[in-house]
Amino acid sequence: MTDSSFSTRIPTAQQSIKIDKGSAHEIGGLVDIEINGKQFQVPFGTYILDACKQFDFHIPTLCYHDDLCIAGVCRVCVVEVEGMRTLQSACTYPITNSIKIKTTSEKVRKSRRHIIDLLLSDHYGECYSCVRNNNCELQSLAKEHGVDFYRFGHVQNPHYEVDNSSYSVVRDMNKCVLCRRCVRTCIDLQEVGCLEALNRGYETKITTFMDKPLAEVICINCGQCINRCPTGALRANDPSDAIWDAIDNPKKHVVIQTAPSPRAAIGEEFGLAPGRSLTRELNTALRMIGFDRVFDTNFTADLTIMEEGTELLLRLKSALVDKDPNVKLPQFTSCSPGWVKFIEHFYPDYLDYLSTAKSPQQMFGAVLKTFYAQETGVDPADIVTVAVMPCSAKKFECNRPEMNDSGFKDVDYGLTTRELAQMIKEAGINLPDLPKTGFDEPFGEASGAGLIFGATGGVMEAALRTAYELVTGREVPFENLNITPCRGMDGVKEASIKLENVKPEWSFLEGIDLKFMIAHGTANAKIVMDRLVAGELNDVHFIEIMGCPGGCIGGGGQPIPTSSEIRAARAKAIYDEDAGLPLRKSHENQHVNYLYQKFLTEGPCSHLSHKLLHTHYTKRGSYIA
Amino acid sequence: MPILNKPIIFDRNNFGNGFEKGIKGRPIDIVLEIRESGLKGRGGAGFPTGTKWMLAATAVSPKKYVICNADEGEPGTFKDRLLLTEYTDELLQGMILCGYAIGAKEGYIYLRGEYEYMLSHINGVINKFHEEGKLGKGIFGKNFDFDISVRLGSGAYVCGEESALIESLEGHRGEPRNRPPYPVNTGYMGYPTVVNNVETLVSVPIIINKGAEWFRNIGTEKSRGTKLLSISGDVERPGIYEVPFGTKIIDMLEMVRAKDTKAVQIGGASGICIPEEELHRNLSFEDVPTGGSIIVFNKSRDMLKILKNFMEFFTEESCGQCTPCRVGNKKLLDGVNMIEQGKCSVKYLRELIDLGRTMQVSSKCGLGQSSPNPFITIMTHFGDEILAEHY
Amino acid sequence: MLASEVSALNEEIQELVQTLGNGRQALMPILQHIQRKHGYISAHAQQEVARLLKIHPVEVDGVVTFYAFFRKGRRAKYNIRLCQTISCDLMNKDGIAKTFERELGIKFGEVTKDEKYSLEFISCLGMCDQGPAMLINNEVYTNLTPRKVVDILNSLK
Ligand SMILES: Cc1cc2nc3c(=O)[nH]c(=O)nc-3n(C[C@H](O)[C@H](O)[C@H](O)COP(=O)(O)O)c2cc1C
Ligand code: SF4
Ligand code: FES
Repeated sequence: MTDSSFSTRIPTAQQSIKIDKGSAHEIGGLVDIEINGKQFQVPFGTYILDACKQFDFHIPTLCYHDDLCIAGVCRVCVVEVEGMRTLQSACTYPITNSIKIKTTSEKVRKSRRHIIDLLLSDHYGECYSCVRNNNCELQSLAKEHGVDFYRFGHVQNPHYEVDNSSYSVVRDMNKCVLCRRCVRTCIDLQEVGCLEALNRGYETKITTFMDKPLAEVICINCGQCINRCPTGALRANDPSDAIWDAIDNPKKHVVIQTAPSPRAAIGEEFGLAPGRSLTRELNTALRMIGFDRVFDTNFTADLTIMEEGTELLLRLKSALVDKDPNVKLPQFTSCSPGWVKFIEHFYPDYLDYLSTAKSPQQMFGAVLKTFYAQETGVDPADIVTVAVMPCSAKKFECNRPEMNDSGFKDVDYGLTTRELAQMIKEAGINLPDLPKTGFDEPFGEASGAGLIFGATGGVMEAALRTAYELVTGREVPFENLNITPCRGMDGVKEASIKLENVKPEWSFLEGIDLKFMIAHGTANAKIVMDRLVAGELNDVHFIEIMGCPGGCIGGGGQPIPTSSEIRAARAKAIYDEDAGLPLRKSHENQHVNYLYQKFLTEGPCSHLSHKLLHTHYTKRGSYIA
Repeated sequence: MPILNKPIIFDRNNFGNGFEKGIKGRPIDIVLEIRESGLKGRGGAGFPTGTKWMLAATAVSPKKYVICNADEGEPGTFKDRLLLTEYTDELLQGMILCGYAIGAKEGYIYLRGEYEYMLSHINGVINKFHEEGKLGKGIFGKNFDFDISVRLGSGAYVCGEESALIESLEGHRGEPRNRPPYPVNTGYMGYPTVVNNVETLVSVPIIINKGAEWFRNIGTEKSRGTKLLSISGDVERPGIYEVPFGTKIIDMLEMVRAKDTKAVQIGGASGICIPEEELHRNLSFEDVPTGGSIIVFNKSRDMLKILKNFMEFFTEESCGQCTPCRVGNKKLLDGVNMIEQGKCSVKYLRELIDLGRTMQVSSKCGLGQSSPNPFITIMTHFGDEILAEHY
Repeated sequence: MLASEVSALNEEIQELVQTLGNGRQALMPILQHIQRKHGYISAHAQQEVARLLKIHPVEVDGVVTFYAFFRKGRRAKYNIRLCQTISCDLMNKDGIAKTFERELGIKFGEVTKDEKYSLEFISCLGMCDQGPAMLINNEVYTNLTPRKVVDILNSLK
């Protein structure tokens, strides 16, 4: 037992800081138990809930979430343990001796029903006017337990005002059931610490520091809280009405870019099991809805690789050849707006380590309202750019005041996977049934390198495929270009790749071990940053960080629910799609090359590309005024 | 403010040199003696102290802690106030003995914020102990170091619950933890921790001095020894009394010269309400258990008003994390208000009593598990009277 | 707050952290010191404590709002807290409360205009045998009667 292992607040979703359940099992061996009269054996220390799951006894839960440390506060999961006066919460109770469990006795059923009645009595709002209608855990519990009247009454008036201050996250605490999943997400999983329970007793509420609006406190907009909220208390700020208006307006030329992660997950909103990409079905649907052009964000992902990769090589050159002491290495990726805001708040003195390259979403916006407008002759003032993203932070990103380098707001609306699915349903379309169609010119089809941006490690893998080949003239030495050290769900990954027999112009890189790291979820980002601050990462060259657990496929705009299995299935869909593509490397994307020939003629990291495709960051700090 | 009747166990003559005797012997002998005595926790839950200490003593851990629970927040309880001021030496002795017995080096007294005025006195006694070599390094020339510090609460009844107390010591909201694991296994900072009530700890040097056998002879089969009672309400002589376990409630009432008694609330707000017909019952873990709070109501009292006071207390003092307690207590309070306004049907009242039973079995900690007690007992015994009066 | 006040407060908190420790276990004692000295724990103080203990400001807020004795806003010179729990209630707490409200012209939960007095209820003080009981700042008063209340108010300057 050590000082750190007792904490009741240990995130389990991110493996670098996972509780070691295994060792307890080794010590205790197997324990005989009885569930509803049947005999089983489980490893010492197994929670009742896990045991019941394993043997197919359903136990309802609410505050429990696979990704989070255990709270045991909702009490919906209570079961009877023979010999104990009180019921026990199945999610918290570790089995350490032979016990007899009853999961459906009268006492249990009545208690659960009462608890659900109590939650409902305090839950303001009607199901039919809620975004989570049909995907609400409270609603499901009520149905499952046959609730057909409000036993203990029902709140008639809202207690709290809805907090609409944030571009990304809307808080309606009237619907909060105090399960504290968001708190555990925000503090443990993401280390942001924006939400916590304040007050006590019946006055307890989940809110921000000094109860301020979300826009005034330190929130990175990652939306992970939304993904884990069982009800509609937390939701994304939905722009779809404005998008419908633009579509309906004949003067507007409405174009949409779709990111890989929404395509890998949107099927879940239509009842498919996680892990099937609907990229091309989605193209068809978007055209049916009325978008004028459909583009692939992977195009600018490839462009990002060119810009960010060049930037890295330039930084390496400055450091190694020019011996410039001011050059900042390792270079950090900057495509995750949640991560960018995290570093702006918590490590404001380290912003120079971030790549200045904009995210693919923002690059696309800038290219659309300049190059594309020029090519097609559409007045950029009439172009409405929509980005389908797995991410709620993208909404904030596109509203950053500096993101108007095209002379207009580069990206008008960030739309989440969930919101797009809603629009498609509203249009009466059953997405999985649609025929497949491709992307529109002049950006066409992108590479598989851009595609894998969606999973943690993907940006790194894409960058390595290009950088290695640029420098050595050879493909990366991995079977099928699959750079396996970049893959998988470990919280922090570290590896290196040796550069040998380089081309003459890169001779300064000869023999160098290119060291890289990958982290996902800002709790892991914090681990990496603290090591950087401690001076432990001086020999690392490039670090990829994604704000959300699993990377974009686990983003705050993705279908609900989420779990490590679901995220892994989405990641697999993306990697499988990449493996099947003819084009796997960003620098071979002919459309990108065309852009450099026709428009950004001075090449990556040149003057114009700096103006349009690069940005600067704000030292925000963490003081709440 | 002394014990108002003739003290039995807490007679000063009984302390003798129990402390020295304990420290000079083997640690395990203290545990065995306490276990043999049958001493049960005086804080309310009544867990056998010897068993708790045995678990802590046998735990293998680089650190262990002793915590004295001086949060005394149960409405109507004030007996620890007396022990903390007048038996401070003996309390520290009890903690040191516990530390020695289980192998702890550090102890904390978690003193409720309302008792801040005692802080300098207690710290003074701690300093005196240091000077006398009873605290610090190498106590009584043994290879045994122990230190005690006082930490204050800040006004939260639930922090008397031992795991909430530990959370509070660790700098968190005082929200009770999931159990198991229990504090003796995973307590303060994750280490095995014994949490005991003040009265429990003060009893320890007495037991060591007088022997388990002597202690066992007082009280009843399952409730050995005596209980300090804090008696308030409609009595002529409120205050602190010591009675052997098994004492009949009616005899106790005579002792404090209660007149016209209608009901007695035993165990504080979280205890149960005993009506006149049941006053022959006795105070013991077998029959009516109590942490020491006795509140007497005479015939002029409106039981609904009393109940309302209790339910307001719980609605506010619930930590608010678990559903049955956070919302349940509010519903019971709403119910009381409805009765007051003549709007509560008998059917809904039964529903609420049923809810109370759910709270008793499904709440996360002892607060929510016991907060419906007054609602259920008052409504059971006085429900008809109350409904007849409020229409 | 004036810049000089801010830096004085920061310095004070740094000293507290030095003497009481920079682990989370030190949070309650640190907050208790600030509360005792200033009568309240400002948003700035909360953030400074959070920064030095390496926790999130909202966690400090969570703790501050959990405990009845911590205050986030400025407090009156004399904070009168009357026990509202059962034994004191039985002993005519209501009469005492009315006396205070009449004499000070404010209701419980309010502060007088000159910020001299504030009235609050609190839970059981452990003075049930001597009820009604109250605290004025940290001092305990027992066996209150309306007459005694008037005398006490007159003695406060
Ligand atoms: C809501 C609640 C409040 C409690 N308050 C106190 C208290 O003020 N003092 C106390 O000694 N025990 C209190 N307890 C009991 C403690 O949890 C714990 O059982 C006790 O401190 C153990 O010591 P003992 O075995 O010596 O009684 C409380 C329990 C609950 C559930
Ligand atoms: S029973 Fe009440 S005090 Fe205990 S954990 Fe639940 S809400 Fe908190
Ligand atoms: S009831 Fe007032 S001090 Fe206890």
